[in-house]
This record gives sequence, structure tokens and C-alpha cells, in this order.
Amino acid sequence: METRSSSYLGGEYGLRSWFLTVDHKRIGIMYLLGVSFFFLLGGLFAVLVRLELLTPPGDLFQSETYNKLFTLHGIFMVFFFLLPSIPAVLGNFLLPLMIGAKDLAFPKINLLSWYIFMVGGLFTLYAMLAGGVDTGWTFYTPYSSTYANSHVIMAALGIFISGFSSILTGVNFIATIHKLRAPGLTWFRLPLFVWAHYATSLIMVLGTPVVAITILLVAVERLFHVGIFDPALGGDPVLFQHLFWFYSHPAVYIMILPAMGVMSEVIACFSRKRVFGYGFVAFSSLTIAVLGFLVWGHHMFVSGQSVYAGIVFSLLSFLVAIPSAVKVFNWTATLYRGSISFETPMMYALGFIGLFTIGGLTGIMLATLAVDVHVHDTYFVVAHFHFVMVGGVVMAYLGGLHFWWPKMFGRMYPELLARVASIIIFVGFNMTFLPQFVLGYLGMPRRYHVYPDEFQVLNVLSTAGASILGLGFLMTAAYLPWSLKYGKKAGANPFDAVGLEWDTPSPPPAHNFDTPPVVTHEAYERKEEELVHV
Amino acid sequence: MSSSAETTSLHATGELAHHFETIDQQNQSAALGMWAFLVQEVMFFGGLFTVYLVYRTLHPGAFAEGSHHLPVDVGTFNTAVLIGSSLTMALAVRCAQLGEGKKAALLIYATMALALVFMGVKGVEYSHKWHDSLVPGLKWHPEAGADAHLNLFFALYFVMTGCHALHMLIGLVLMVFVARKAWRGGYTRANFLGVECLGLYWHFVDLVWIFLFPLLYLLHAPGGGH
Repeated sequence: METRSSSYLGGEYGLRSWFLTVDHKRIGIMYLLGVSFFFLLGGLFAVLVRLELLTPPGDLFQSETYNKLFTLHGIFMVFFFLLPSIPAVLGNFLLPLMIGAKDLAFPKINLLSWYIFMVGGLFTLYAMLAGGVDTGWTFYTPYSSTYANSHVIMAALGIFISGFSSILTGVNFIATIHKLRAPGLTWFRLPLFVWAHYATSLIMVLGTPVVAITILLVAVERLFHVGIFDPALGGDPVLFQHLFWFYSHPAVYIMILPAMGVMSEVIACFSRKRVFGYGFVAFSSLTIAVLGFLVWGHHMFVSGQSVYAGIVFSLLSFLVAIPSAVKVFNWTATLYRGSISFETPMMYALGFIGLFTIGGLTGIMLATLAVDVHVHDTYFVVAHFHFVMVGGVVMAYLGGLHFWWPKMFGRMYPELLARVASIIIFVGFNMTFLPQFVLGYLGMPRRYHVYPDEFQVLNVLSTAGASILGLGFLMTAAYLPWSLKYGKKAGANPFDAVGLEWDTPSPPPAHNFDTPPVVTHEAYERKEEELVHV
Repeated sequence: MSSSAETTSLHATGELAHHFETIDQQNQSAALGMWAFLVQEVMFFGGLFTVYLVYRTLHPGAFAEGSHHLPVDVGTFNTAVLIGSSLTMALAVRCAQLGEGKKAALLIYATMALALVFMGVKGVEYSHKWHDSLVPGLKWHPEAGADAHLNLFFALYFVMTGCHALHMLIGLVLMVFVARKAWRGGYTRANFLGVECLGLYWHFVDLVWIFLFPLLYLLHAPGGGH
């Protein structure tokens, strides 16, 4: 009873104690509730999209409705689920614990960023309820300006606002990692999760303001018809695409880098080994963050960008494969001769390696100028980024959520059920998106709700896969809350993992550590290391 | 380590937030956070400057013509006012550093007065543009023979100076709070980071104007300069 009352979950119980909390752990839980809601919403739109695509004619929805469905699916999933999921939920909860701090550097700003995020979400929700948006999640002009006929401003404003949440989180993480590390915790003793979040924060701070000003310019153009992006008035719609992708490509790395951080932790734990090539994995995060800012033009190979620019962007995009491959190879090398066990987090981590590799390699195909001209705006692209976003980020998010679930709530999730769900999700995911590679290669364009009869078999396969995937998600959404009450009680370190967060009770006390930790060992170093030689 | 009793008492008074060990750590974190925030501000205005650069290159004539509509003397006056406000702010930070809270507060009020002068002058400039019908989207009737893309120059003029003015407004609100706290002796020699961060912010706002002024008012010829 005593440990319970001193944990961050105990003490105060009222709603007020949550809505006014400055405890990073409680704020992490509040983000968890927020992003889960938006994931559900985004998933709902995905269901409607896949239902429409079950048959070749447009029998469920009209074109306008369909446009709104895939737009809202994209907006909610990208801006309100994928971007905040790992950094704002797991990062918020774990960063101070991993570096032995009592909280983030700016706890009140952390709470503020949650409110900003939710207000942004409410604006976009309003846009949805008022009639929706049909521009696609990219808000390309002139769809979003001259020819807009839906609630573009409200939706864009929501994204503009939630962007500031991302910026403040980035600023908070940077200051925290620099200034609040425990005594003895040098930069090269940091868990790779922390390195990944440091790189992520850099992108949040450097990239997000650019999309903010871009959205502001679209709003000004739309409200006052001043022609900033309207060619009839001297503006340039391609400039919008440059500005948008200058942020939105690095944003992909805001999503995948924290996922890679989760991967390093999980793989080190369930291989019972230190991560192979620690320094390379740490610096590959920074390399990805830097290179990520130099490749945005690969989204615009067919947008009227100069061919020479296209060639340079193509080449630079290939370079991103190097640090990404460094990570994949180093994880594989970590597995080599490790003492591997297959708990649920590890199932997701192994799934990630395979799926992310497919997502990454098809990315190389798309970065190839000539190939991209052929498959641009087809389902090949859709399949590629879903492999990275779902096969990568969502897999890592779920893996991380299971891995640290006992730490967050002091209860174990049901292992067998969770393992079954992870297999269902893996199978469902592949069945949904592998056919889309073929569809795209055969020439089915994205964003249409009517298609020729010969594409039906593959589309039925994809929709069937989506329902399996959905079943896996629903199982997870059922047993995780169930485990809060009925799960087995978890000790401080149920997985025998290494890291400061495992040295404190589960759930941690309000101030994280009863005695301030002092670090004397390298990252992932096990005391019994000499015993592990298979 | 010997100062653990001192740390405890600082925690108790609230001068040191519970999650920091020393005042120094707290100050360094705040300063680093502020610099990181300013980096994002640079990127925000950087996006705007990029748009300016692209359209200036595409439509040099329109931008040259547009800058002729802006009064260089008024702009120069305002630049001087703003640089003056940076001086008073820098002095305020110095006073806070020396523990002279009342002086710091008065200097912040002086900064506010100068900022209000700047914004007043800017308001008069805006009203002249309104009078001359040079406000794209709302009241746009340029003289006959004006460049077809003059609207782009003025759209950017209003967005860029408007964003700048918005930042000044936010600065003014912050100054009210910081000045009040300084007057009451809320800052000490060891802990004056509130004033310092405000100073950093204000110098940034000043710096943005140092770029806006030549880009909008002074570059008359298409290639830049006369």
C-alpha cells in the first residue's frame, strides 16, 4: 500500500490533479489518451476508405466525400497521431527517468504543450464536423486556396496550433538532455532512445516553424485573396510545395527517429546484449536529422521543379539510406549470438526490422528519378509510406508501449494475448499493404474511389488485410486497459532490462527516484555481462 | 554538495524549482531553452524571407516599385527608435544582474515606451497605405500603370511587418509582468534569468527589423541598391 500511495498515480486522484499537473509522467499519460483518440478517429476514416475500395464502382460515397475521407485519415494520423505518438507519450514519460532527472526542464511549458495540442486537435475536429476538408493532408495550393470549397482554414489552423506544441516539446527535450543528466551520465552513456529524441527535437525546432509560416500564408491568401500562391496574381503554387515539404519531409524523421530509439532499447533488452556499434547508432540519428533537411525535392519530381534540382535531390535522398542501414545492420548485429527471447515488445521490434527494411528500400526506388516518374501518385507510394509509417512507427510505438507499460502502470499486460495480437497485426498489415505495391506498379492512382475491374482482387485482399489489422488493434485496445486492473503486478524491472528507468519502482514515485542516481557504467552494460557468452 | 541545506531552503522558497539541484543549473536550462526557442523564431521568419527572396527574383520590377511607396525617413526614424529600445533593454538586463530591481523595472518601462512609439508610427504608416488603397485583398486600387504584381510586394509587406508587430505585442505583454516582478525585487544577482530571457527575445525582435528595413524600404533597384 505504501509504494502505491507514493507513486505518481497515487497521492491525488481528482481530475484537477491531472489537468493541472506538471508531472511529466502524468502529462505523458494525458498525451496517451489524446493520441489514442485521434488514432481511433484516423482509423475510422481508413475503414471507410477501404470499404469503398472493396468494389470498382463508387457505390458507397461520392467523389467529394471520398476526398474528405482520405484527407481526414491523413490529417489525423500524421499530425495528431504519428507526430506526437512516441515523443509526446513515451518520450515525455521516459526521458527524465532515463537520464535520472526529476522532471523535464520546463514542466509548466510541458503542460502548456499538451493543451496547445488538444486545442489544435479541437480546431481540426471542428473542421471535420462542420463538413470536412478535401485537399489531401498536404494542403497543396490551389486546392487549398483558389479552388478550396471546404473548411481548409479551420483544419489548417488546427495544424498550425498543434505545431507549437511540437516546437515547445522539442525545446523542452533539448534543454533537458543538455542540463538535467544525472552525475556520471555522459553523452556517450546515454540510452540510444535519448539520442534519437535529441535528433528528433532538433527537427521539431528547425522544421515546424517553416510549416507554420507556410500555413499562415495559405490562410492569408485564402482570407484576403492576395495571390501569394496564385499564379494569376504572380504567385507560385510550386513554392508552396517547396515550403511544405521542407518541413514535411523532415517530419517523417520526427516520426521514425523516436521509433528507432525504441527499437534500440527493446533489442538490447531481449538480446541481453549491448547495442552493437553504439556510437554509430547514436550518430546515425543526427545524420538522418541533418540529411532529412536536404531531400524535400524528391516529393516534387513531377511538379515542375527543374530536372537538375531533381537529380540533386534524388542523389541526396539516396544518402539517407546510409545512416538508416547503419541502424538496421547494427540491430541485426546486436541480435547475433544474443540470448534472444520473444516477449511482445521483441515481436514488434523484429517486425519493425523487416517492414522498415521493405519501406526503406522501396523509398530508394521512389527516390530514383526515372522510376518515380512512372509510379508517382500511385498506390506504390501509398504502400511505401505505410510500410515506413505503420510498419515502422506504429510497430515501434506498440512495442514501446508494451515494453514500458509495466513501468507506466505497475501492471503486466497479458503476454500470450499480446503476442497473438502482435502476430495478427503483422499478418494484417502485410496483407493490407503488399498488394498495394502491386496495384501501384500496375498503375492504380492514389486518391480515386473508382477503379477498373482488373484491380479488384488485389483491392479485396487489401481490405481483408485491413480488417485483420483492425482486429489486432482492437484486441490491443481491449486488453491494455483491462490489464490496468487485472494485470499481474509488475516489479521494478520485469524484463531484466538495463537503464535508469528500471532502477526505480513501477510505477515510479512522483519525483522519479527515491535517491538521486549516479551513473558509473556504460549504456546497456550488464553486471553479469561476462556470464553471457553463448 | 556542502550546500544541500542551502538547496533545500531555495526549494522551500520556490526560488529554485524542485527538479533542479542548483540555481546555476536552473539558469543555464532557462537560457538554453530561450536560445532554442529563438532558433525556431529564426526558422519562422526564415520561411518568410525565403518567400520574399523568391518573389523578388521573379518580379524585380514590382518589388522596386513597391519599395518606392515606403517612406525611407519614417522607416529610418523607427529603426532608430527600435535600436534605442534594445539599448534600454540591455541596460535593464545589466541592472538586474547587479541586483538593482527598481532601475531595471524603469528601464523596461522605457523600452515599452519606445516600442509603443514604434508601433504608433507603424500604425500611421499602415493608415497611409489604407488611404492610398495599397492594402491587397481589402482596399486595393493602385495607380494606373502600376506593376501587375505590386500586390505581391504589399501582401508580403503586411505579412512580414505584421508578424514583426505581433512579436512586439507579445514582448510588450511579457514586459508588463517582468517589470512588475523586477520592481518588487523578484530578481536577484543570482537569479535574473527572467529579465535576461526577455532581453534575448527583445533583441531578436529588433534584429528581425534590422533585416526587414533594408529589404522592404531601401532596396529600390531590381538588382539591389541604386
